[in-house]
Amino acid sequence: MKSSLFGFLFGMWILILIGGGIAVTILGPFSISGFGELDWFIGSVIKAIVAIILVIIWILILSKLKNWIFRKEIKS
Amino acid sequence: MIELILPAVASCIVAFFVVFLMTPPLIKFLEKRNFTVKDVNKKENVLVARPGGLSIIVGIIASEIVLYTFLQLNEILVILFTTSIAFVIGYIDDRKYFKMHNQRWFKPIALAIAAIPIIAFGAYTSDLAFPLFGTVQIPILYLALIFLMIPITGNTINSIDVLNGVASGFMMIASFSLSICLFITQNYEIAIVSLPLGFVSLAFYKYHKIPSKIFPGDSGALTFGAMYGAIAIVGGVEIIAAVALLPAVLNSFLFLSSVKQIRGKPVEHTDDFQLKATDDKTAPVTLVRLILAGGSLSEKQVGFTIFKLGIFSGILAIITAFMMGVSL
Repeated sequence: MKSSLFGFLFGMWILILIGGGIAVTILGPFSISGFGELDWFIGSVIKAIVAIILVIIWILILSKLKNWIFRKEIKS
Repeated sequence: MIELILPAVASCIVAFFVVFLMTPPLIKFLEKRNFTVKDVNKKENVLVARPGGLSIIVGIIASEIVLYTFLQLNEILVILFTTSIAFVIGYIDDRKYFKMHNQRWFKPIALAIAAIPIIAFGAYTSDLAFPLFGTVQIPILYLALIFLMIPITGNTINSIDVLNGVASGFMMIASFSLSICLFITQNYEIAIVSLPLGFVSLAFYKYHKIPSKIFPGDSGALTFGAMYGAIAIVGGVEIIAAVALLPAVLNSFLFLSSVKQIRGKPVEHTDDFQLKATDDKTAPVTLVRLILAGGSLSEKQVGFTIFKLGIFSGILAIITAFMMGVSL
């Protein structure tokens, strides 16, 4: 069990690195035009929505990872 | 760099000795006024003084004031205000515990208020730095992140405060890891500002370790967590700080992911009062329950396992800090 916990922490860390890569490569260069002074605001809102979706995906993957690693131990 | 050595040493000495010397009289004061709670993991009817947040916050304020006299950084004031507000929120919860323990949303919402000084002083950059890939600018999302981060760090430390010495011991490991990471990323001033948190935790651990003479209470745990979160934001090392805090984040994640079914107790005692995971399907899955899934362990063994996980995360955080300087 203890080694599984270390494995799960390592998995969380890898997911943070991958999530960072997606955030920087996809969200970073994203910009929008055609709305005048609102370009910056709308761009930020879209970035925020995409980031929230990424976090939700991160949580779902972690849940799956948790069930996979602790399948035997968690009888929930 | 050399000119920072004297403030660093002075603040660390003040942080350690204020808590080290103030906690014993605080324990006597709390015991005299019957501010004690039963230690549920002891066979005998052991009463432990609570809350110890007062000595923690005094240690933090004294050491950061010492630093401020040397460095005059706005960031120090921001950390002081945020941490003090979190202490007050925790103290209110400590004092009215029996009336407020069902109001689960009080602390998260109130802790968001503690984030206001960070925004008011503008002590942040809206760039979120990731290892290997660089930074991403998220101006609006970052403001929301500030309001989320203080409640998250405060409550994750509070949620891990379940066994003797765990909150202060884990905070000591996480905060020293964060300080090392701040030095690696060459953020020397904030690294020095962060050091007192580790020394305050170390001094408090002396009295909090098993068998505890004092519990930090919500005032202590929220003070630890809020200061850690504020340092992460002010130092621009949010991702590294999250990595160093992973065992506590994992505990909160496990708890929240089983939130629909919380009714039963996750852990029970064996006849010789060791800790044992329950088979109760309605109980939340917690870090302690997972550690105990392989068999019963003593409270001390569970605590040390959490510390080992903290050290592992600290090493991952240090690797992450080195990776900040690498670009793909």
